[in-house]
Amino acid sequence: MATQVVMPKLSPTMEEGQLARWLKKEGDKVSVGEPIAEVDTDKATMEMQALGTGVLRKILIKEGETAPLGQIIAIIAEPDEDISGLVGKAESGQAENKERIEHKVEAGGGGAEQELAQVVPGGERTQETVKGAPLRGDTGGAPSSQIQDNSAQESREASGNGSSISAGEGRRLIVSPLAARMAADAGINLRTLTGSGPGGRIVKKDIEAAMQTVSQQQPQAVRAAEAHAYQQPQVQGASAYRDEPMTQMRQTIARRLTTSLGPIPHFFLTSEIEMDQAAEMRRRINELDPQLKISINDIIIKVAAAALIQHPQVNASLQERSLRYYESADIGVAVAIEDGLITPVVRAAERKTLSQIASEVRELAERARSRKLRPEEYTGATFSISNLGTLGIDEFTAVINPPEAAILAVGAMTPKPVVRDGEIVVRQLMRVTMSCDHRVIDGATGARFLQTFKRILENPLYLIV
Amino acid sequence: MREALNQALREEMNRDETVFLMGEEVAEYQGAYKVTKGLLEEFGDKRVIDSPITELGFAGLGVGAAMVGLRPVIEFMTFNFSILATDQIINSAAKMRYMSGGQFKIPIVFRGPNGSAFQVSSQHSQALESWYAYFPGLKVVMPSTPADAKGLLKSAIRDDNPVIFMEQERMYGNKGEVPDDEDFIIPLGVADVKREGKDATIIARSLTVPLALKAAEELEKQGVSCEVIDPRTIRPLDIETIINSVKKTNRVVIAEESHPFCGVGAELSAEIAERAFDFLDAPVRRLSGADVPMPYAKNLEKEAIPGVDKIVAAVREVAYLD
Repeated sequence: MATQVVMPKLSPTMEEGQLARWLKKEGDKVSVGEPIAEVDTDKATMEMQALGTGVLRKILIKEGETAPLGQIIAIIAEPDEDISGLVGKAESGQAENKERIEHKVEAGGGGAEQELAQVVPGGERTQETVKGAPLRGDTGGAPSSQIQDNSAQESREASGNGSSISAGEGRRLIVSPLAARMAADAGINLRTLTGSGPGGRIVKKDIEAAMQTVSQQQPQAVRAAEAHAYQQPQVQGASAYRDEPMTQMRQTIARRLTTSLGPIPHFFLTSEIEMDQAAEMRRRINELDPQLKISINDIIIKVAAAALIQHPQVNASLQERSLRYYESADIGVAVAIEDGLITPVVRAAERKTLSQIASEVRELAERARSRKLRPEEYTGATFSISNLGTLGIDEFTAVINPPEAAILAVGAMTPKPVVRDGEIVVRQLMRVTMSCDHRVIDGATGARFLQTFKRILENPLYLIV
Repeated sequence: MREALNQALREEMNRDETVFLMGEEVAEYQGAYKVTKGLLEEFGDKRVIDSPITELGFAGLGVGAAMVGLRPVIEFMTFNFSILATDQIINSAAKMRYMSGGQFKIPIVFRGPNGSAFQVSSQHSQALESWYAYFPGLKVVMPSTPADAKGLLKSAIRDDNPVIFMEQERMYGNKGEVPDDEDFIIPLGVADVKREGKDATIIARSLTVPLALKAAEELEKQGVSCEVIDPRTIRPLDIETIINSVKKTNRVVIAEESHPFCGVGAELSAEIAERAFDFLDAPVRRLSGADVPMPYAKNLEKEAIPGVDKIVAAVREVAYLD
């Protein structure tokens, strides 16, 4: 009975593995539990054990090649067994496995169990298929017969209650025709909804519920102040409360930032900067022409851009398997708007003059507040700056906007006494904190960038040198 | 129901002397189900004619009579026996007008009970409406109340086309209000909204109409408001009424005693999917008779036909209530 060896899930976040080294070659005898290969996962290199006994008849991926979970990578069988059918299936399966297939295969320790949510070809979804009940292969007691070939099946992720299948990006939407029409008319994005029908189908009442939510979100200050009555708390003496549904913006912010601070290994570098010269420069520029109205933040943007050009490892982004280094510094400028936050981008800030930056930021911020920004205007920054100094914050740490590698949090400028040449003098001090993605930027790299940034900002003449 | 049909026959025979009846036991015996009771006495043996047990023969005789200007009403003791006569019904009655370029009209009515009765088993319980509705040239009518039966039979007799008029043995004893007016007719090709509602549409015919109405009452108690539609004429079908209802309720259950495959329910499903696709919140749900020859055993016979419980469950299903 042949065993199809599949790429196992060796860590909770593993989605594919790179075959680092085969420990056995074709023709070798293997037995259950013996390590047969080393696999590079997202975390480390791990050993993969054989789940069947016999001879390693065929190896289907080479060292250095990558396969997604569940792809057949080898076949163990009796020496004289005919495996041509399996090999053919496996090789065609490799192409089909490029599609989204998710499995939980727990390798090691006596057996693999697979949870698959299948769409039964008749189109009928039973409760089991929706919930992804464990399907065992042609079992019997022998571990060699447990792993199923699933290359021909499209599967969907099974969630705990089987109803969130239609949510999430990239998944197929299941919607009743009526609900689809209602959503289109109401301008509701179906991907933000969870369907309550069979198989996660979005139906009329889901749209009706969403429309309720939308109508409650109309940004009218009057409504917010009045309408929602406070509810009495459950706990005696605790505060009364009211619940408001999250706006689309807030949901987006929540979703985006959860994928930032969680997975991205942040570290933080703080620097205290003497802003006297920058402040003076600003004053004198604005004197030249009252129309100009350059702000400190505009100067910070320009200086950051200049420093980024000198430190390309910071003007970078982590892609799937590579680091992307950008040619220009597209600076995302955090703008607070009603009920939220958005980061319009000043493209190629290193090449723009201060007056260009100032007017662009003003224009973008205004359109941000009136929600008229186009997606290409708030996506694709290479670095972000958030300034809470005007709101009296001394210093703070910001969350990186993926896929950028860093963000600069700027605090307030305050006159403080400092020691210079043994004397106590007053300087305008401003603390900035840079959050860095440790996968892209190491401590020293970040520190050097910040040094450059500080140097230029404290001596703005460097901008034209 | 049987009295209503009897009245219709009497009134039409009085109104038009070319109308005559023929079938097994329609005269002396007063009708196998007493639908033709008293008509031999009233109209004589030239107009109420007992036939031998020769369905193909007397169906053909009827077609011939129609071709020369008479208006026959041919009774099949049940439509199961009409199967023998289908060559005359389909190849002659349905097509003669078309094939003769309109030179012959066939104003014939074939009537009798259709579908299940009480433990008459496989060969005597067949619901054949989709068979006849299949052929262009035939009209197919299925009343579900005494008033509908009378009004539709009168229309059928007055219609110059061959009409297959399908009654239901189990319903002959059903009672209902029937208008006295001799000119009371119900036009063919018009559906009836037997009950108005807004949450789901149940399309039923003949035997399943009273069942659907009972189910609707049950569902009303559960907070679901059902609209029950009886097409009354299967062909030509009043699809407009049905579609308007679907647009209102967004969900459909079809309840029929016939087999599912290629049944009238299948035709309705296709029409609804084509014309009301964007209004459907759930797939059309067909509740048909079991896809087996009708069993003899009483309990199995009951199971083989969608009952009130099954209709209620189906409506709840399309309303996503469970």
